[in-house]
Amino acid sequence: MTPNTHTNTHTDTHADTHADTHADSGIDLLANYARRIRAAAAEGRSLHVRGGGSKDFYGNGPAAPGLSGAAESPEVLDTRGWHGILAYEPSELVITARAGTPLALLQQTLAEAGQYLPCESPLFGSATLGGMVAAGLSGPGRMAAGAVRDFVLGATLMDGQGEIKRFGGTVMKNVAGYDVARALTGSMGTLGLLLDLSVKTLPLAPAEATLCFELDQPGMIEQLNRWSAQPLPLSASLWQLRDGAGVLHLRLRGAQAAVAAACQRLGGERLDDSAATQLWDDVREQRHRWFSPQGKPQDSCSEDLWRIAVPSTTPALDLDGPTLIEWAGGLRWLRVAVSSVAERMAQAALIRATAERVGGHATLFRRASLAAEGATGPAEPEAFHPLKPAMMALQQRLKHAFDPHRVFNRGRLYRAF
Amino acid sequence: MLADGVFRQSEVVARLRAVLPAESVLWQREDTRPYECDGLSAYRQLPMVVALPRDEAEVMAVMRICAALKVPLVARGAGTGLSGGAYPHANGVLLSLAKMNRILQLDPLARVARVQPGVRNAAISEAAAPHGLYYAPDPSSQIACSIGGNVAENSGGVHCLKYGLTVNNVLRVRALVLGEGAGEGEGAGVGADTSAGQRGQPEIIEFGSEAPDAPGLDMLALLIGSEGMLAVVTEISVKLLPRPQLARCVLAAFDDVERAGEAVAAVIAAGIIPAGLEMMDQPATHAVEQFVHAGYPMDAAAILLCEADGTPEEVEEEIARMTEVLRGAGATEFRISRDEAERLRFWSGRKAAFPAVGRISPDYYCMDGTIPRKHLGRILRFIAQMETKYGLRCPNVFHAGDGNLHPLILFNANDPDQLHRTEQFAAEVLEQCIAVGGTVTGEHGVGIEKINQMCQQFSAPELAQFRALKLAFDPDGLLNPDKNIPSLHRCAEFGGMHIRGGELPFPELPRF
Repeated sequence: MTPNTHTNTHTDTHADTHADTHADSGIDLLANYARRIRAAAAEGRSLHVRGGGSKDFYGNGPAAPGLSGAAESPEVLDTRGWHGILAYEPSELVITARAGTPLALLQQTLAEAGQYLPCESPLFGSATLGGMVAAGLSGPGRMAAGAVRDFVLGATLMDGQGEIKRFGGTVMKNVAGYDVARALTGSMGTLGLLLDLSVKTLPLAPAEATLCFELDQPGMIEQLNRWSAQPLPLSASLWQLRDGAGVLHLRLRGAQAAVAAACQRLGGERLDDSAATQLWDDVREQRHRWFSPQGKPQDSCSEDLWRIAVPSTTPALDLDGPTLIEWAGGLRWLRVAVSSVAERMAQAALIRATAERVGGHATLFRRASLAAEGATGPAEPEAFHPLKPAMMALQQRLKHAFDPHRVFNRGRLYRAF
Repeated sequence: MLADGVFRQSEVVARLRAVLPAESVLWQREDTRPYECDGLSAYRQLPMVVALPRDEAEVMAVMRICAALKVPLVARGAGTGLSGGAYPHANGVLLSLAKMNRILQLDPLARVARVQPGVRNAAISEAAAPHGLYYAPDPSSQIACSIGGNVAENSGGVHCLKYGLTVNNVLRVRALVLGEGAGEGEGAGVGADTSAGQRGQPEIIEFGSEAPDAPGLDMLALLIGSEGMLAVVTEISVKLLPRPQLARCVLAAFDDVERAGEAVAAVIAAGIIPAGLEMMDQPATHAVEQFVHAGYPMDAAAILLCEADGTPEEVEEEIARMTEVLRGAGATEFRISRDEAERLRFWSGRKAAFPAVGRISPDYYCMDGTIPRKHLGRILRFIAQMETKYGLRCPNVFHAGDGNLHPLILFNANDPDQLHRTEQFAAEVLEQCIAVGGTVTGEHGVGIEKINQMCQQFSAPELAQFRALKLAFDPDGLLNPDKNIPSLHRCAEFGGMHIRGGELPFPELPRF
């Protein structure tokens, strides 16, 4: 069976016309998905659910061969055919779209109505809405406005038997049944095939400003946490070493008067607006030069990129390597030079132990490309921080409750999944 | 053994008394009577036994006994819930977490409070106040309700449009799960403190994190709002926010209810997210005016309360924008609170709406549907029709900003026919909420109250998925059984089974 579902390559901007024109092909496509899911379940195979492929590197991915434990690459289930905005009324503060809808299109539609997705998830070129929810990656705005999971209101998914189920809805307050839609966020597509998603939107803030300060790492952590406890319109933060000196960029967002008053009070040097927009886009998309210091594409880099989430007041971590810090101290990126899988394994143990000691966790976000060590080479570390046995057992039981035959993205979140 | 209730009770009491102090185990009628119902007081049932653990180790001991004897366990916070989530099980243990009421740690720099489940919601904000911080979700029962109950119900409040629900404000939960026991794992890792256990043995698991996120599946999202059916919570970390320097409220009057509903949409469409946006219709304002003298305009068909908070500059800017939009939307009268006393007076009527209605009627039934905002007018017309159809009055108070309705049907419970008509009235309104794309419960929970409506909101496969999820946490189904998720058998008896045509839904139909 060949993946042949990418039937609608053009993009739709109007939901109303979309549904009618594609109704028939939509039904065909769902039937196709269901058939392939049932076939995979019956044959004990896994399907690799894929949208824009912008995050192929993420998780125990198919981009890192052998990681998912499968002898050969699993069949790709391309979600991009299932696309289009189904409903959007700005005054309802919610947009409903199919999972294969390009995130860029969604953002453009919202921007035209003066709204946005405050979690500011990365596009990484070709991300889809489904990929945003499945990976659960949030951008700079997560510091104050909330993470992807805070904005997911409803989801329909096709389960491991090809059956369609709907959870949550389009309203913000909804406590009927378990909050399955929210729990799909960050599940790496392992619980089912996401079909339609409803996410909360917010109006763009009337004003924005980015300030720049010279601060060392301990000073930055202390200052940002103090400011966060005050009624200031903080929105995003970025800290890095530049020529040996610590530099903090702080984004403010809110009412005109509030941003103006905060600029006055906090001091610092104000960036001009286009430079500020560029800066935050570059950080969100990891195009910022910190992420590719050698000027090479990241997938040919000789450094692993670690994402370490810790309580925001955690002091500087005792780990070697350049660091870039977001979310008022809560998110710490770390670049680590690596030359072999064995070395990576040792680094993983150290980084994870360090993160765990302070109540955090570490994700091996992007792996450097290493020379092939052959099929008998040492085992790669898990991409995501290992769970304790009781939690792992519980999550496996949950996975089983949704996808008993392990059809969806087998091994991508954890090898045992 | 199960049939022999008395023998069963004495056995469970004896086992519990071996692990808890005598005063923490109640089984005599006069002692268990206070636990026979929660805020949904029309339904009462004496629990077989009440256990009052003082710490996590005692919760563990109680759960171990329940698991061993296969005794149902119903957790209870302050008992203020409105859907019967803490309604006792006749052959079960009612686990009151009221004694676990300590604030364990409050870190003003990290803006996090670690609390036990029995801590009152308002007590967290009181403890945080000296640091200029507060806990945002403020359900109307906040002076009494417990944070553990808030976690179970995913409680909201009047400010959740801007500040979110419990799920957006709780960072981490420590809980006991009656799992099947862990198999071989990787040893070190995030998420739990106990090692592998046996089937039915409670395990301590930490959900979420005080870091921005946690690895693996977002189990915290499932736990919050799970109505005590998945785990028993023993500790909670909540996010604290800086208290806004100032809040001011606009009171706007409308001569037409639907126009007031349109004004709500207009405020949001203008890019404003008010701190609170509430609506009351004329019967509701009349009832409260007799009770608290909030100074509401008595000739208005409906009033809106629209609040701005933040820095003084921010509030001034936002109040000006709100006023402009409300005027454009046809408001006939405006008042803007000049000081805190006046702001609190504006709110006093809204906050007193339930007791005020309680004074004008022997009984009232509070509904809790949520609808997309644009259908406010439609649902109001529908409720007016139902008032005529069933011959019952129904004042309306709404969390209009997030489309959460609390129509209050007035009736006399001593008249069985009125009670019956009230139930029919409420059922029709909730069906209408589903029909316009909403939900049968916005913030009060399903409990035992709305279990039949679950059959209408969800299909059989969806309900089966919920049950499978429940059993992943609680394989023997001991935690709060017969609540929230109806059995298919029950749905069939109710006659409201939700059947979707064919194997595959039609993509041109709205999904939500």
